Amino acid sequence: MISITNLSKVYNGVSVLHIEDLKIEKGQAIGLVGNNGAGKTTLFSLLLDLIQPTTGYILSNDIKVSESEDWKPFTSAFVDESFLIGYLTPEEYFYFIGELRGQNKADIDALIASYSDFFNGEAVGQKKYLRDLSKGNQKKVGIVAALIGNPEVVILDEPFANLDPSTQIRLKKIIKGLAEDANTTVLISSHDLQHVTEVAQRVVLLEKGKVVMDKVKTSGTFAELESYFKGISESHAPLLLEEE
Amino acid sequence: MIKQFISLEWKSFFRSAAFKQNIAIKILMALGAIYFLAIFIFLGVLSFELIEKALEKGLVSGTNPFQVVNKFLIYWFVVDLFFRYMIQKMPVANIKPLLYLPFKKGEIVKYSISKTITSFFNILPAFFFVPFSIILLIKGYNVLAVMSWHLAMLGITFSLNFLNVFLNNSNKVFYPVVGLVAVCGFAQYHGYFDLTIYTEPVFAFFYNNIWSFIIPIGAAVCLYQIAYKYFIKQLYLDLGFSKKVEDAKVEDLSFLDRFGKISTYLKNDIKLIKRNKRARTTFIMGFLFIFYGLYFVMIGQEGMMIFAALFCTGGFLFSFGGLVPSWDSSYYKLMMAQNIPYREFLLSKWWLMVIVTAVSTVLSLWYVYFGIEWLYAILAGAVYNIGFNSSVVLLGGAFVKTPIDLMSNKKAFGDSKAFNAKTLLLIIPKMVLPVVIYYAFALTISDTAGFIALALTGVLGLLFRNLIFKWIENIYKTEKYDTIAAYAQKD
Repeated sequence: MISITNLSKVYNGVSVLHIEDLKIEKGQAIGLVGNNGAGKTTLFSLLLDLIQPTTGYILSNDIKVSESEDWKPFTSAFVDESFLIGYLTPEEYFYFIGELRGQNKADIDALIASYSDFFNGEAVGQKKYLRDLSKGNQKKVGIVAALIGNPEVVILDEPFANLDPSTQIRLKKIIKGLAEDANTTVLISSHDLQHVTEVAQRVVLLEKGKVVMDKVKTSGTFAELESYFKGISESHAPLLLEEE
Repeated sequence: MIKQFISLEWKSFFRSAAFKQNIAIKILMALGAIYFLAIFIFLGVLSFELIEKALEKGLVSGTNPFQVVNKFLIYWFVVDLFFRYMIQKMPVANIKPLLYLPFKKGEIVKYSISKTITSFFNILPAFFFVPFSIILLIKGYNVLAVMSWHLAMLGITFSLNFLNVFLNNSNKVFYPVVGLVAVCGFAQYHGYFDLTIYTEPVFAFFYNNIWSFIIPIGAAVCLYQIAYKYFIKQLYLDLGFSKKVEDAKVEDLSFLDRFGKISTYLKNDIKLIKRNKRARTTFIMGFLFIFYGLYFVMIGQEGMMIFAALFCTGGFLFSFGGLVPSWDSSYYKLMMAQNIPYREFLLSKWWLMVIVTAVSTVLSLWYVYFGIEWLYAILAGAVYNIGFNSSVVLLGGAFVKTPIDLMSNKKAFGDSKAFNAKTLLLIIPKMVLPVVIYYAFALTISDTAGFIALALTGVLGLLFRNLIFKWIENIYKTEKYDTIAAYAQKD
């Protein structure tokens, strides 16, 4: 489905992302982990053609994303609040996205109803514009909007951040459902190792722009990731002491 | 403590987005500021003589220039208050981080209110009143009386400044007052009713009684106290800092569905204009241009008819269209990543501008009252605007990379960052070219030929629209990444 070849992004001479080769099968659910500055959001932005690669290219369904717009009909994403139109109500926003993806009002109403437990009586059905919703409710709206029209590729950046515990649990269920769908390729990033290992079928670990681990998830993946990040934090600790 | 405040102020000033401009824009901005100040000094120095001459010619009624100035001061202060209310906002956003730090609340409030004293709105009047007072002294007016009058004006200016602190956001009081004064001004102009008969003695009073400056100065001190008390009560997250949440109003725009795919975007753009302060202001300003032609009628410069016609019909096109795609800046990533072909996005903006230009044209048809040539000019200008300028404006948009804060009116009266060499260059096809085309034919053949030539250029633009669009689309695509990056930056 997605194939990344020799992809790199350099800002002011500093390489923030360099991926030699990464292939994602159709229907897979990929969890992307890594510390701040590891290149997760950069990779997502490249996948959505929001920034230009310095070298290399991404093929999505054999379409070069930086050259053609044909990937847009089957790709959907929620990266940050700049994906929300602040002056619309959540419903209007869903209808807007729905119209862009060939869904009619009835389809969208059915979709909103089917996610009613995810919204938990908040976000929708209130006389509020998106800009006046709390961060958590905005996120719920953004995530659900990214699922409109059964996209083949779904990209969610940090979907668990800002959500309350019950919503996190519901979101995990939703993402697991997508992961099981053989037609939907899912890419999510998270700082929460537990969440990622729970929902993803394959975990990719980025560090300073490079893929340092890429494994199909097993029962041992969580422990492996934890010891990796523990290692990083310990390797920095003595340095701090020396400076003092 | 004051030292820390001043250091914060210093940094916020020199690190503000305005200072990140390139040198040419900085010079342009400085020139603009100097221009305004010069106009006010000019007014202050020369108004005495100008009014004297006007009195001799009988253009204004009154006994002497000073009395005439006193007469019109009421309007001066109303306009002053109006602009303060519209533009001068309390800097609450800047002081929020201070709340969590060990500052006394009183200190924070004093600092914030003192900051408003140095505002542009308090400095600008000085550039009129100081030279005007000096001229009064030269003309032999009583020294103490002039000083009293001058201090009174200072007092009123500062009273308005403090009044604005707690007047903020009380539209219910503000708009009726402004409306009433506007009606009075209109009534005075047409000789129905003269408000100034009642207000002129008030201002003259400050001159006639040298102790009386104490009243406005005292008022300013009182209003400062009120502002202080009001402000300190507002210093809680759920009061002064809370955003006003308006109830969402949902309107049924499904009648637009007949426009097909474009309707999706049109519906959004209508909501954009209705629900956002900045867009609304721009929209209204665009329509005010319809009256721009009256200016040329009044000064008898009918030769500028074609220029006026372009503005009357294209006011919205220039003011709103000039900032496409920045209107969508806060969700530009969505627009770029969603299932929206670039062409459709641009086409929807084009349709919006064409529809509104057509409406403006209909609303401008009353100019025919001033002569049938006006009708021809309006129609020719409209065809040129629709056929040609709508595309040129979109082309210019590709180079506008200023994010727009939809909720704030702060920069509605000119955004320095929206001007750059490329957008300035595009004024040529927008404004200069049509005037040249018109005169090339009007002076050699006839006025009618000029109008026809202009309209034909517009029709040509329409015929080649698809070709032009292809080109514009490519420019948008190459500029896309820079635009996304620029919109992601917040001031």
